[in-house]
This record gives sequence, C-alpha cells and structure tokens, in this order.
Amino acid sequence: MSAADAVRDRLDELPDIGLVAGFLAGIWAIMLVLALAVGGTAWPNLAAGFIGSVTVLIGGYAILALALNLQWGYTGLFNIGVAGFMAVGAYTTAILTAPTDPAAGAVAGLGLPLWVGLLGGMLMAAVIGGLAALPALRLKADYLAIVTVAFSEVIRLTVNWSGLAEFSLFGRTLGTGGATGISFESANDVAGSLVNGVGAPVAAAFQSVGVSAPNLANLTYGLMLMAVVGASYWVFARLTNSPFGRVLKAIREDETVTQSLGKDTRLFKIKTFMIGCALMGLAGVLFRGQAGYISPSQFRPTITFYVFAALIIGGSGSNTGSILGAATFSGLLFYLPARIGENVPLGTRAPSNIVEAVAALGSLDPFPLVAYTVGNVSTLRFVLIGVVLIYIIQNQPEGLLGHRNEPAASVDLDRSRADIGGESDE
Amino acid sequence: MGLVANARGSRAAVVDRPGAVAVAAVLGYLFVDLVVKLSGTSVFFLGVQVLGGSLELGSLLSMVIDGLLVGLAVGLAGIGLSMTYSILDFANFAHGDTVTAGAFLGWVVAYIAAGLGTGAPIAELFMLNSGRQLSTVSTFVPVLLGLVVAGVGSVGVTLLVDRLTYRPMRDADNISLLIASIGVALAMRYLIAFVFGTQTSGVASGGLRITLLGTVSMTDNEVTLLVVSLLLMLAVHLLLQRTKLGKAMRAMADNEDLARVTGIPTERVIRLTWILGGGLAGVGGYLLVLESGTISFNFGWILLLLIFAAVIVGGIGSIYGAMAGGVLIGLVDSLALIWLPSGLTRAAAFLVLIVVLLLRPSGIFGGVTTA
Repeated sequence: MSAADAVRDRLDELPDIGLVAGFLAGIWAIMLVLALAVGGTAWPNLAAGFIGSVTVLIGGYAILALALNLQWGYTGLFNIGVAGFMAVGAYTTAILTAPTDPAAGAVAGLGLPLWVGLLGGMLMAAVIGGLAALPALRLKADYLAIVTVAFSEVIRLTVNWSGLAEFSLFGRTLGTGGATGISFESANDVAGSLVNGVGAPVAAAFQSVGVSAPNLANLTYGLMLMAVVGASYWVFARLTNSPFGRVLKAIREDETVTQSLGKDTRLFKIKTFMIGCALMGLAGVLFRGQAGYISPSQFRPTITFYVFAALIIGGSGSNTGSILGAATFSGLLFYLPARIGENVPLGTRAPSNIVEAVAALGSLDPFPLVAYTVGNVSTLRFVLIGVVLIYIIQNQPEGLLGHRNEPAASVDLDRSRADIGGESDE
Repeated sequence: MGLVANARGSRAAVVDRPGAVAVAAVLGYLFVDLVVKLSGTSVFFLGVQVLGGSLELGSLLSMVIDGLLVGLAVGLAGIGLSMTYSILDFANFAHGDTVTAGAFLGWVVAYIAAGLGTGAPIAELFMLNSGRQLSTVSTFVPVLLGLVVAGVGSVGVTLLVDRLTYRPMRDADNISLLIASIGVALAMRYLIAFVFGTQTSGVASGGLRITLLGTVSMTDNEVTLLVVSLLLMLAVHLLLQRTKLGKAMRAMADNEDLARVTGIPTERVIRLTWILGGGLAGVGGYLLVLESGTISFNFGWILLLLIFAAVIVGGIGSIYGAMAGGVLIGLVDSLALIWLPSGLTRAAAFLVLIVVLLLRPSGIFGGVTTA
C-alpha cells in the first residue's frame, strides 16, 4: 500500500464536514506558525493578514471548483471558459451597482443595491452560459473545451474594448470602463460594516492585540465567502442526490444509454451548464471584485486553469473533494510558497539574474543560486503546480477524493463498497 | 478530382446547413463592401450608410502582408499541433509554450553569437537585454544560427516532455492527456519566466526596408520569415509525400492498433511526429520574434488560441489545412481592422474559430488526413 493510499484511507474514515474543517484548521495553523516565525512582536496582525487572505482565496476557488465540478465532474461538460462566465457575472453586477454619480474619470452605473446586482450577475451569467451551451453542447469534449476558452477570450476582449467603456442606453450613461476597469459597490464594505457594527466587541478584542481593521475586515470577508461555499455545497449536495443529479451522473457515464431511457439529455446539460455558470458569475464578483473594482485583466484564461488544477487535485466528481482541492491548491501551492519566499531573509547577496547565480557555482558558492531561487519562488510555484497536475493525472487521476465519485445508480452496485458500509448517510 | 468531390461536398453542406448560408452571406457582404470601399464611394439606404467608406489600396496591401506574415508563422507552428492532435488524439495546450521555448533558445544563441567580441557582458546578452537589435542583413550568421538552434532546441524540449509526461500515459483518454498538457504548459512557461524574467525584451528590428509598391514595404526580417516559412512548408510537403513516414502517419491517424498490426513502428512514428512538430513550432516562434521584434515569456501562450484557430479552421490532422488555416486566421486577424475597431480584431479571429467549430467541425479543408 502506497503512502497516498494510507493517507486516503485515513481521510475516508472522517465525515465530510470534519474533513473540510480539519483541512482548513490545518492550513490556518500553518499560516499561524509562519506568522509566529517571521512576524516578531507584530505576529497577531500578520497572522490575521495571512489567514484572512488564504481564507478568501480558498473560498473563491472553492466556489469556482464546486461550479466546475457540477459541469465537468457530474455531467462531463469540459468547460474551460470559466474566466469568461466569471467576467459576465462580475461586469453585470458592477454595471448594476456602480454609482450613478461616479468620481471623476470613473464610469457611471445604475446605482442599484448590491444584492440586486449579485442576483443580476448570476442571472446574466446563467443566460449567457445557456446561450453558449445551446450550440456548443453538441461538440466533442475537446472541441467544447476550445470553443469555451475562445468564448471566454471573446468576452474579455469585448469588455476590454474602448467602444464599450462608456455608452448611452435609454438616456443613461453606462459602461464597462474598458481597459481601466470599473468601480462599484464593494462587497468588502459589507464585511467592514459587520466588523464596525454587530461585531464591534469582538473586533475591539482583536484590535487590542494589534490586528488592523483592514485585516480584520478581510478575515471576516473570508469567513463570509466560506459561508457562501457552505450554502453552495448544501444546494449542490441536495441537487446531485436528487433524481436530477442521478440523470447528470448517468449522462457522464453514458449519454446514449441515458437518452434511450427517455431522458432529454440536452436539456439536462443546458440546465447544469446554466447553474454552474451562475455560480461562476457570483464567484467572479465576490472573489475577483472583492475590493469593489474589476478590470478585464483579472479574467484571463489562466484563472480557468487554476480552477481546473484545484478540481483535479481534489478529485472531479466529488463536492467535498472540490473544496479540499481548492484549499490544497490555493492555500498550500499558490499562497504559502509566495509568503515563505517573501519572508526569508536573503541578505544582500541575492543576484539580479540567473547568470550571476549560476556563475557563482563555478567558485563553489551555491548561495547566490539558492537566494535567486527563493527570491523567485512566486514564479516557481507555478512550475510546482504544473508538475503536481502532471503527477496527479499520471498516478492518481481520481485526485484526493475522486474515488468517492458517486455512482449513477441510487442503490450501491459495488459489493466491496457495500461490505465496508457506513458511508451512506441516507 | 479531389477538388470536384470537395466542391460537391460543400454544395451538399449548404443545402443541409442554413448556418453555412448565413456565413456565406456575411462573407459576400464583406467582399462587396471591400470593393466599394476601395473604389472610394459609399452606398446609402434610407439615409444609413450600408456599404463603402474609404480605404487606400496601399493600406489594404500592407494589412494583407501583415496578416500573411503572422499567418505563415502561425501555420508553421500549427503543423505540429495538428499532427499531435490527429496522431495522439489530444489537444496539446503546451504547444504555445513549445513555441516560446524554441524562440528563447534560438534568440539567446543568436544574441550571444552577435554580441561576442562587442564587449557586452555575457549576462546581459543571455538575458537578451543589452539593447542590441538584430536583423537578417546586418547580422546574418547569428540570425541563421539562432534559427537552427530554435528548431533543434525545441525538438529536444518536446522529446524530453514526451518522455516525462505523455509516454507513461499513451493509453490514457484524450481529456487526461489534455490536462497533462495544461500542467506541462504551466511548468514550461514559468520555468522560462524563472530563467529569463517576466519582462518584454526588444531583440530585433528590420535592418533594411524594401519598397514593393508606393507606400507598401517589407523589412529584411519580414522577407526572411516569408522565405523560410514557405521553404519549410515545401520541405514538410516533400517529406510527407516522398517518404514512408507520411503514409505511416496517415495510417496512425486513422487507426493506431491496425497500424501497429501492419508492422508500422508506432512509437517511432510518434517520436518523429514530436520531432517534426516541435522543431517547426520552435522555428515558427523564432521567426515571429524576428518579425515582431519583441520576446516575452508568455507570447507563445497568448498565441496558442490563434494556433488552435488555424488548426481547426484548416481541419485537424491536415497539414496543408494547418498551413492554409494559419494564413487565413492571420488575414482575418489583420483584415478585420477594415470593419472593426482595433480592440476587437483578435475577438473576430476567435469568433471565426467558434463559428467553424460549430458549423463545420472537420474544418474548411476537411477530413482527418495527415499530409
């Protein structure tokens, strides 16, 4: 039995909620240790900053991974246009909620309340997703992939276009802000007002140990995102355990068989695609637009591939796995290396380029190369992510939890699994 | 004869597919509009300008040349993507970064070769930031040397990647391979960034400007791109027509198991596919940098979708399709400027990709046939 199997068996014994909570606590503990190690007397503020940022990242990627899991893991729709649907949701929310009397140089919006904007953004992302899905779902998986990634670039280039930066519609001036982006009602302000309002006594306690107000608001925002993750998880768990969800899993296993059982698989696929896109749109504004500002460069295809990496690490087909994958990817692979790299004291001998670093090896001095490597760890972490992705797809294609991929049948068909028993919570 | 069959096939497609008719109508409109624009007149209908405007013949020619140059390099890079798509049956998302890797290898060698003896420090030359601009005329030998190294170097890179990543998973399904290639793309792109940094370096600019017609001109670097890519395309054509390799590749694209049973050394054909495709990708990237003058760690990644567009428009698996598709997409990318504002031309090229995939997934030149 390999080490990975041993870890997996241990993970299997935990209930899903405990697994996620334990995982998050573990990542928080790592951040706390890092803050204690490098923060000196200011460690509480540093720890709050690290934990807040990592929680926001995990929350954002978890929502995206859950949405992608519904499309790909359950229904087999290989959508790599995630960034495009995020942009649709984020821009719709931004245009709906941007102030009608903007600051100089900024773009006006409709000035609606944030919750209207969020609903509008989700709705628009679902509609655009449905429109994109109508013709595209006939395609083979890899063609669908290319169509969706091209579509996401078309969306990004369109909102980036200066012609849409500001235009008039029914006598009102609106716009996307073009390449400079658009400012709107910030979801972060909600967290800020919570900290200053209801949470004032708790906040005072935190501030007395030196945690700054912005860090506290950020931490609160991260927890709010986790609440959205929890709500999405609950909805998706209900959805995928319903008869609707069983049809989705059947489509993934064999679409022709599902069709011959009288299910209109196209309709199911389009609905799934729309639900997933709506959640991606929500993540677009809550995650990328946390500070109340978005610009087209935040929606490059790269982010789609990060979401894929998160989902594959966690194991596609499992909602719990999506969240764990998002935590592993964004906490351990994306955030942690960069923070470590920033906080390792390099001295003054770190060379500015790799040639000097390698040249020093000639005089048997490995320090410059080490210093250069540590100094550029924020670049190297992407190499690590790529290598992890290749490793997983070669050796562990089901990811951390993908082996718990729920079967398409409502009764357990796998005798060996039935013998172990106790997994079903029904 | 193939042409006749093709024409008949496309007529049948028009009857079956109203979408194709719509595309033809749009193309027809654009063509008429182009002619009216060139004649310098406008046509008004109910007070709205429906056709025309003004367009100098000279600027049209410049746009065609620009599109042709970019298209040839994209087509060259696309040959490899098309071949791996048909023979290994997966969309290789790391192909764009192979283009970057080849370009960097070639340009570092060209830059060092051109800079040796000028007293510039080697670190500056290696990092491509001594500020020197190479051109075919002024530094012919280094540019040629770089071209060769770009080809050979990217062959090495592709073979290494194949050995480490794809070979252990030859039997995997095409989505697993696609995901592995996404991992390869990430790792390769940021390894390049780790070594060379994330800045954009200017490394080349035309040394000589050749006037073709009035205001239309080409630089020596652009002529190099044109000549080298046409020569390489001819060479690929001869290689696949005159050797058994082409036939073996066609057989593999059609049915791998059957090919192996017939005695075709499939693993060797796969290796040759990577060699040919990787080498051409590296050369394509090198030539693109020669033409555009700048190089950065992610230019191939940004180019990837355009290469995909070329391959899909031409028809996956068809090498001539990749070449023609490259030119077509290059022309769309540059000629769209006649009708669209400059921010939307790239979007137009991607829209062509989407429309072709939806209406005619086998590509304009159709069919899975290597060669």
